[in-house]
Amino acid sequence: MTDIATSPPRESSLTALFKHSRYVLGENPVTGFAFALFVLIVLASVFGPHIVPYDPLASDTTQALKPPNAHHWFGTDQLGRDVFSRVVVATRLDFFIAIASVALVFLMGGLAGVAAGFFGGWTDRIVGRIADTIMAFPLFVLAMGIVAALGNTVQNIVLATAIVNFPLYARIARAEANIRRDAGFVEAARLSGNSDWRILSFQILPNVFPILVVQMSLTMGYAILNAAGLSFIGLGVRPPTPEWGIMVAEGSAFMVSGEWWNATFPGAALMVAVFCFNLLGDGLRDMVDPRRRT
Amino acid sequence: MITANANTAPALSVEGLCVEFRTRAGIVRALDNVSFSVGKGETMALVGESGSGKSVTAYAIMGILDPAGRITSGRAMLGGLDLLHAKPSQLAEVRGRDIAMIFQSPRTALNPIRPVGKQIADVLIRHGNVPRREAPEQAVEMLRAVGITDPARRAKAYPFEMSGGMCQRVMIAIALAAKPSVLIADEPTTGLDVTTQAVIMDLIGDLASKMGMATIFITHDLALAGQRSARIVVMHAGHVVENAPTNELFAYPRHPYTAELIAATPDSAASLDELASIPGTLPDLRRSDLPPCRYSERCPRKIEACAQPLPQAAPGATHIVACWNPLPAPTLGAPILVASAENVA
Amino acid sequence: MLTMILKRLMMAIPSLIGVVIVTFLLTRALPGDPAAYFAGPAATPQAIQEIRVKLGLDRPLIVQFGHYVDDLAHGNLGTSLTTGQPVASELRNRLPASAELTLLGLIVSIIIAVPLGILAATKPNSLLDHACRIVATAGVSLPVFFTGLILVYVFYYQLGWAPAPLGRLDVFFTEPPHVTGFYLIDSLIARDPETFMAALKQLILPALTLAIFSLAPIARMTRASMLAVLSSDFVRTARASGLSAYTVIITYAFRNAMLPVITTLGMVFSFLLGANVLVEKVFAWPGIGSYAVEALLASDFAPVQGFVLTMAVMYVAINLMIDVLYGVIDPRVRLDA
Repeated sequence: MTDIATSPPRESSLTALFKHSRYVLGENPVTGFAFALFVLIVLASVFGPHIVPYDPLASDTTQALKPPNAHHWFGTDQLGRDVFSRVVVATRLDFFIAIASVALVFLMGGLAGVAAGFFGGWTDRIVGRIADTIMAFPLFVLAMGIVAALGNTVQNIVLATAIVNFPLYARIARAEANIRRDAGFVEAARLSGNSDWRILSFQILPNVFPILVVQMSLTMGYAILNAAGLSFIGLGVRPPTPEWGIMVAEGSAFMVSGEWWNATFPGAALMVAVFCFNLLGDGLRDMVDPRRRT
Repeated sequence: MITANANTAPALSVEGLCVEFRTRAGIVRALDNVSFSVGKGETMALVGESGSGKSVTAYAIMGILDPAGRITSGRAMLGGLDLLHAKPSQLAEVRGRDIAMIFQSPRTALNPIRPVGKQIADVLIRHGNVPRREAPEQAVEMLRAVGITDPARRAKAYPFEMSGGMCQRVMIAIALAAKPSVLIADEPTTGLDVTTQAVIMDLIGDLASKMGMATIFITHDLALAGQRSARIVVMHAGHVVENAPTNELFAYPRHPYTAELIAATPDSAASLDELASIPGTLPDLRRSDLPPCRYSERCPRKIEACAQPLPQAAPGATHIVACWNPLPAPTLGAPILVASAENVA
Repeated sequence: MLTMILKRLMMAIPSLIGVVIVTFLLTRALPGDPAAYFAGPAATPQAIQEIRVKLGLDRPLIVQFGHYVDDLAHGNLGTSLTTGQPVASELRNRLPASAELTLLGLIVSIIIAVPLGILAATKPNSLLDHACRIVATAGVSLPVFFTGLILVYVFYYQLGWAPAPLGRLDVFFTEPPHVTGFYLIDSLIARDPETFMAALKQLILPALTLAIFSLAPIARMTRASMLAVLSSDFVRTARASGLSAYTVIITYAFRNAMLPVITTLGMVFSFLLGANVLVEKVFAWPGIGSYAVEALLASDFAPVQGFVLTMAVMYVAINLMIDVLYGVIDPRVRLDA
């Protein structure tokens, strides 16, 4: 194949990133769509509770189980609450669960993995053993166990999700740290007197972040699905808190008898959010490392 | 070495081949108006530095260009069929059977999880009119023909169990299994040690002359080209700059680039500080303002006329130079036809 | 090959030890007092205390752990408080139900996802490619229980094509004589086509639910792997030799591309083991997943421990089988180890 012997003049990395992003978005309109959707979700979480027509917790048993109509766009649930308002307000909680889980696992897994890859030896072995033990469990079952043992609060759901995803982040971070451990710039930093921890935090971790970011958007989707699954078996968020998963769980009983709107709308919201995060992850992957496109 | 007779039809004739690549940074005009032909049984070399477009030419002819590449014009006539405009089904028939190719890095060019005997048999069954049951046996014969010892046992081996030289022999066996009339060898000896190089080149030469097969060697090694081919085509930055019989090329190269190339070719007797290099670098092929002669910006012999489109070759010429200011031809000897300004298309 | 298997087993042992310890700790941390449960709602505090001593729950944790490990070594997984049955035998009885469902789901998933991935790879960036990606991603974006519910709603409630989600067999049928525990296989062995059909009908929706869930990773990996292999040197050689499209794509490209897909199957299987729990609840499937969930919610830790341990062992076994399969296909691995 023809080599390009001379390279284009160097442009600022920000312009390069912008151009590259535009190219990727152009190549793949689906990614652009996912970005737009993501913005919508963020807006809904921030402004949702202020703009919904009904109080999500206000029940009105005279209006129970009404199908979608002009007053209640998504119908009402078994306690007469407006499904639309609940779905929109639930965005905030589910988005929070997603973000919190991902932040926690990035810190836990990312740091552990980077330390393991950088220091090697016992650090590596211990982190490896922990990761192997976690991975030996079917992951959802482990999450179930953790929440059941510690109590079903939002914090524990977030913790369980983080623990369950720990091995994956640790492994990716470790691999990246391993590659860079002997890199030139690390040697230079070491020689100029930087302590190992400084090198880890300021040289290696920032380099590992772009690669983990791809995984993080996928984990966001997983966190929401996990919370939903836990709610379904009774280990999730407690009623009457509006959360997509528990709304589906409560609505599922009515599904079999034909009142489909209870479960379908929150389920659809779930799917849209997770779908958006997954597509975002793909798009980010294209931007960060086109060779790894799937 | 058989030299081409201008009266017999060539085995393969490439005319005006232009290839572009769509890349993130723009369109690369990789090949521009590449033309040459190789006669039946002739051995030809396509020579040039890295990035000159030699491999791209081969891939374009074989129809295995990267998907980002497009053939924008030209023909490649193989016995009456234009390879560049043939239907995929026609191409699949012709590839392997009438024209074949061997590649660099032989080990990666072979299927790593399939025994080599089966890989040869696949081609035999596909093109060689060999019934399925007899193919394994014939595959063993092919292995023997390319000089692999204990071929019956080796046929069951996998590429990773063989040396680079043996893998290259297997590739040759695969390529020649259906007895094609043209073989393209893309840097067949890069990566092999010197002794093996010689052995492989000898093998290709022997088989070619036995089968009356035309061979196109692609190489950056001018010395190797000089030893093994009857005709040399020199490429630079996607252009054919000179096309001449080997002896003539070395004796009196006419294109300035060819002369530099010959000067830069290391001679075992020369010392390190006598190594010449060619000044300048390849031009960026994405530029829209590329001059018609892509060597002109590095050329010491550049004149005003060089801003014009390159001269077309006169038909039937045996020594072609794409240059307005070529090095002087010898005053005695066969006339060399070079177009003058009036013949420019 | 044998050395590789033994090595893998050795490497799995520390993880299994970790699993045992973690499970023990987690279940001991479950809320609720098994002694009180066992004693019944009308029991006096002394009665509860007596039962606690009898169950050995008053001993320090270390001692309890010692007993537990000792029991394990004898194949005793304890007794379920809620059913009174030995956990080991209950697990043994219910395992085939889960296994049959998971395997069928996986097979259906492979049958759909692999051709989808190959197709998408042969026409990269085409409409087909994007459509495949969207379909596969959509499948994995839905919570698995929701997919199950939708399928039940559409195919049972609306269309009436599928039977009610009430377990492995309709009430009118009896289970075939036990050979493997897999109703599909056992009914064929007993030459009972009606039971076979009945069992199949009940299996379709839950298996489909699992399949939809696992489509995405398999299709993606197939596509990615095929893309990489299709641009490799040896596929170029195969094309240059004029081999037929089928030979190039299937015999040359796909066989090589299969390798990472097979390793992905191990990960997918782990997902499915987890998703099983939810699907079994939706379809009232009498498998080990529903067994464990019921026990968990009742703070009955012996079944939960037994379940988790079984899952972990199965996971190790599956990964081992996958490694062996990999070795069969890729000769380089065979001879290297």
